[in-house]
Amino acid sequence: METFLGQVFTGLSLASILLLAAVGLTFTFGQMGVINMAHGEFIMAGAYTPYVLQTGIMAGAFGLAYLVAFPVAFIVAGLMGLVLERTLLARMTGRALDTLLVTVGVSLVLQQLARDIFGAPNVEVRAPDWLTGNWTLFGVTMPHTRLFIMAVAALSIGAVALFLDRMPDGRRMRAVMQNRDLAAVSGLRTKRVDSKTFFLGSGLAGIAGVSVALIGQVGSQTGTGYVIDAFLVVIVGGLGKLKGTIIAALALGLLNSFSEYYSSASLGKAIVFIAVIVFLQFRPNGIVSFKSRGLTA
Amino acid sequence: MTALETAPGDAVAAPTKDRRRSPMSYLAPGTASPWVGRGVFVLVAIGLFLLPMMISEPTRIRQFAEYLCYAIVAVGIDIAWGYGGMLVLGQGLFFGMGAYAMGMYLTLENTPGDALPSFMGLYSDYTELPGLWQPFNSLGFAWIAAVIAPMALATALGLLVFKRRIRGPYFAILTQAMALVFWLLLVGQLQLTAGTNGLTNFSKTFGRNKFAPETPEFLYRMALVGLLVVIALGWILMRSRYGKLLTAVRDGEDRVRFLGYDPALVKTMGFAIAAGMAGLAGALSAAIIGIVAPNQFTILPSILMVCWVAVGGRGAIWGAVLGAIVVSWTKTNVSEARPDDWTYVQGALFIVVVGFIPGGIVGLVRSGRAFLTGRGSTKDKLDALTHGVDPEVPA
Repeated sequence: METFLGQVFTGLSLASILLLAAVGLTFTFGQMGVINMAHGEFIMAGAYTPYVLQTGIMAGAFGLAYLVAFPVAFIVAGLMGLVLERTLLARMTGRALDTLLVTVGVSLVLQQLARDIFGAPNVEVRAPDWLTGNWTLFGVTMPHTRLFIMAVAALSIGAVALFLDRMPDGRRMRAVMQNRDLAAVSGLRTKRVDSKTFFLGSGLAGIAGVSVALIGQVGSQTGTGYVIDAFLVVIVGGLGKLKGTIIAALALGLLNSFSEYYSSASLGKAIVFIAVIVFLQFRPNGIVSFKSRGLTA
Repeated sequence: MTALETAPGDAVAAPTKDRRRSPMSYLAPGTASPWVGRGVFVLVAIGLFLLPMMISEPTRIRQFAEYLCYAIVAVGIDIAWGYGGMLVLGQGLFFGMGAYAMGMYLTLENTPGDALPSFMGLYSDYTELPGLWQPFNSLGFAWIAAVIAPMALATALGLLVFKRRIRGPYFAILTQAMALVFWLLLVGQLQLTAGTNGLTNFSKTFGRNKFAPETPEFLYRMALVGLLVVIALGWILMRSRYGKLLTAVRDGEDRVRFLGYDPALVKTMGFAIAAGMAGLAGALSAAIIGIVAPNQFTILPSILMVCWVAVGGRGAIWGAVLGAIVVSWTKTNVSEARPDDWTYVQGALFIVVVGFIPGGIVGLVRSGRAFLTGRGSTKDKLDALTHGVDPEVPA
């Protein structure tokens, strides 16, 4: 029972990380059809942010610096996304596969830049004192850091849901996502909405980065480990739908943790992949999809 | 994804503006004749056959042989992606399957008698050769497995994915995930695969001493024959009815469906052909490079393979071949001089070529030729129109 609960906890922890990494992707993918392979490098930029703050301007107060890193990383990663969107992707509307390749190029350049700036070895981000330690419940040891990440994920998702539901910009985003042409003839400046979406989506990657800096290694490869899993979450969840993304992240996180426990790390991943393919046989458009009479939607 | 899209092909209404024949056209007469292409092919083939005589260092010959293997993979990617519109981001998987098939044969060739390969003594408690390894005592089986196994896997994945009309970026991501899983399995199942160290120490390759001076030349010629066969096959296939169907599926999948064909089968076949070519190239490369390790087949190398075709130009076999050789040659030279800078170069290649010159070298040559002759062929016009319009995913 305890091992079962332990695996549930591991799965939920993984799910919260996947969710943070995938939620930004699902909007940029869903709204603009852009496959942003550089999303992983925005996560990386987020992970380096607390390191920069802790060793630089806020060297004295590393606990506070870690918290300050959240808004800073949101803006840093968001701006990186904005620049990418304005300079490259905005020219490439309708070329989904090509955006994938171009952003692969961007991600390679960003990784090498990180190695040149911060050095090839991984750097250390110090967790605040109040995040060290564990909390034991029903015999399951839960590190504070992982609980904290779950809270960050829940808060971020809540904020995004509220934003989409209530804020004018959020409504515009949904309108463009559901029907770009109709939104355009209704007077929305869809290009501007695209840029805002990209800023938000990339900013969320920054938040994901600050979170994973607590538990993983911070280096130039930090983002690459998450991006493929995050894309699988997006595919399973359905495009641009928060609910689908949440369910998919939970399902994949739990499946990952259990299949790795009952087989091995490498076989576990294979099982998850096969499960995704099998799932797509039943719902090729993901858990939640837009209803459409279009042939290709 | 917006509702109620127009059918993908509808946007393509060819502008039929007549251009006057430019005076320059008289400088390039007859470039449209198919015999020019065939003649160049034969000349280049002879040139490549004689190339090793001009190179004195065996390691350089080995490198060129390696590039020829990569060109074989590129032809396959061009068929799947350039002609079929399926972006394959996991060709490293099929390349790796071929390489491991041949690597297993070479390991056994270098293992005396009934002894086990030496790594098995380290990582496993096998007392006799495991069943998976048994058939690889035969060279013929290794060749067949190197080609057939990737094709079988591609067929299975293709049918599962394309039948459910999963396409475009989804398919690309799934192929990439598959390459990742393959890498994890290779590293994880080290009692069978020797883990990250991989299979190596093939001092005997196909009965020849690896270090003999004439061995690289032999391997080079073998790779060249493989490449020429693959190019011819690609040409014949893409000019056949099947090739036209594949291109039709790329440009308007639903229209092909309405004509009574099954696009899923057409695409699966293209994907399987690409996989088979990658497998063949992998088998050749195992003998040439002399080491088969998981890191050669993970995601980054798979993406580099797509880069070859992007640079060379999609939709023309010779472009893929040229792209693979030019990019690999550049990689060797840049990495020898300044290893770290290769990543920048590779990244910049993707951004510049795909973002701004989507036709690659082929596109540049075609527009140059159109400029010289004052007219582009109908095919070029169509290509120009379909470039930039991804038929699979509505904007």
